[in-house]
Amino acid sequence: MSAAVIWIFLPFGLALILWPLGNARIKAGLSGGMAFLLALAAWLLPIDTALSIGSFSVKIASSFDILGRHLVLTSADGPLLTLIYTAACFWFTASASTRLAHKLAPFGLGITSLLVASLAVEPFLYAALLIEMAVLLSVPLLSPADRSPGRGLFRFLTFQTVAMPFILFSGWLLVGIETNPGNLTLVLQAAILLGLGFSFLLAIVPFHTWIPLLTEEAPPYAAAFIMWIFPTMAFLFGLGFLDRYTWLRTAPQLPNLLLIAGSLMLLTGGIMAAFQRHLGRLLGFAVNAESGFSLLALSLGGTTGMKLFFLFFTPRLLSLGIWAFACSILAEYVPSLRFNEVKGLGRSLPFATSGAVLASLSLGGLPLLACFPVRQALWEGLARQTPGIALLMLIGSLGLLTGAIRSLAVLSMAPEKTTWKVNESWPQRIFLAMGALALLILGIFPQWATPLLARLPSVFEHLGH
Amino acid sequence: MNMADTLKWIATLLALVTTLGLLLSRDWRWSLATLALQYLGIFWLVHSHWPLSMAAVKLVTGWMVCAALGLALHRSGAHTASETAWPQGRLFRSLAGGLIALAAFTLAQKTATWLNISLAMAWGSLLLMGMGLLHLGITAQPLRVILGLLTFLGGFEIIYAAVESSSLVAALLAVINLCLALVGAYLLNAHVAEVAE
Repeated sequence: MSAAVIWIFLPFGLALILWPLGNARIKAGLSGGMAFLLALAAWLLPIDTALSIGSFSVKIASSFDILGRHLVLTSADGPLLTLIYTAACFWFTASASTRLAHKLAPFGLGITSLLVASLAVEPFLYAALLIEMAVLLSVPLLSPADRSPGRGLFRFLTFQTVAMPFILFSGWLLVGIETNPGNLTLVLQAAILLGLGFSFLLAIVPFHTWIPLLTEEAPPYAAAFIMWIFPTMAFLFGLGFLDRYTWLRTAPQLPNLLLIAGSLMLLTGGIMAAFQRHLGRLLGFAVNAESGFSLLALSLGGTTGMKLFFLFFTPRLLSLGIWAFACSILAEYVPSLRFNEVKGLGRSLPFATSGAVLASLSLGGLPLLACFPVRQALWEGLARQTPGIALLMLIGSLGLLTGAIRSLAVLSMAPEKTTWKVNESWPQRIFLAMGALALLILGIFPQWATPLLARLPSVFEHLGH
Repeated sequence: MNMADTLKWIATLLALVTTLGLLLSRDWRWSLATLALQYLGIFWLVHSHWPLSMAAVKLVTGWMVCAALGLALHRSGAHTASETAWPQGRLFRSLAGGLIALAAFTLAQKTATWLNISLAMAWGSLLLMGMGLLHLGITAQPLRVILGLLTFLGGFEIIYAAVESSSLVAALLAVINLCLALVGAYLLNAHVAEVAE
């Protein structure tokens, strides 16, 4: 048996089986259970090493051949697979108490397996094709079947599709550079195409406009899942490029480019978040700012940058997931998530309101919440290298915090004699309470998340050492 | 100019005519017929670098895409709401299309030298990519967006065929085209469902 069968084909097959099933909770349970088992398997099972159970001996092969190319997952990819499928388990299990489980379970599992395939495919630049397939698979998730698709969805589809040719073509040029490293014209052409491709893929300013539009139009939980999984995988794909090509990794302009792109993303996201009047759009701009933080972490270079980049994973996942989950509950009671429509909902949906506010404050970098310790470490690193950028980071974070405080004010602004009610279901209350607790615990004991993340940088042979 | 070159130029001119037709036509039947013809041009240009059996994949996939979109539009009753937010005049679109064709021709000469491909192929490819982007830039209708994306991808597939001949790439690109058509069919039905409500 090969690793690709277990971590790619098996979940994709289950996604196909789940699609026609009727019961949404069973779908969510099965997809969450499968993701959990796959995460556990990635954590425990060695690849390319014989495993003896009594008289049986099993070996999971690392390579799977398909049409003359290979899908390769080695033991070094284990931590990454554990992280991806643990996060998928979180998204799918929580979706059981939203209205989206019937769609998120099959499509989410399909998207996750395609994106894992994009990390495994050799030659790795074919990943752009698999990412595009995942993008197309996410359309039904983002656009309800009875509603006209909006501009955000079209822009998402367009920008992600336009990214693919740039990356494929730059991959072809990179092969040329390997054989002729002294050709500076070729290097420049490849760098420009690669830069454009990743700017589209990672929604870097000015190609970020689809994010707030999409989070405004689409169901919040589906949008947040997409906003989490695509940037995460695109970053990992980008790190794969950096890890493979020495000239790219050692280019003196790279840290500056990452700094500029990161600051732009963070400033745009932070400042715009401060002025939003829609909870969905606020979430979108927070996602923009998060990509900025990741770019800034990578700009620090070396193992410090890589460690910080991976340390962002858990708090971001928790904060985004809880915020989107809370917003999806709020959205069930109001026609839209505009401030004038969600005004005062804190009295009737206290758990959802607390979850949304805590998660947005965490993404804003409020001390004692999950995102703060990593932000502080990034801040210290930036302040040592480029104090100006550390100041920009402060402005961006203040913008995010302003947006979070404004949403707190709006959600708690009920008429004076409104009575308190709890309209959330028990599973929703339990998930939100556990999520809020996790945000606090990670804020106070950030080291608890490190055992899972410590091995992640070593996935990248050159960058992580 | 030999026979093969003449045929390439005919395919490129077919791409020019069909892509302008796509830009100007308002009836979905004409649009899909034009797209089907466009795939014939793409097939011929790709064939100059790929064996016939592999290049035929582009043609068959393209026609399947047209069939899938046609079925969706036929079943939905094809309410194609008129666009209000973009310039509708045929003169404007013809001029914009003409500009793209000229810009593509200028760029094609450098591209042809750079990639060591024929001028016809380079122009055909850049023309389709440019027209696809123009389409995407001026519309927000599901059918038009999908046609724009298919045109853009068609142009890219021509130029990429010159540098990559892997069967996995051909298969994945075919799957992407078909998925794009299915996404288009899904979005068109969603659009019609809301209009009907």
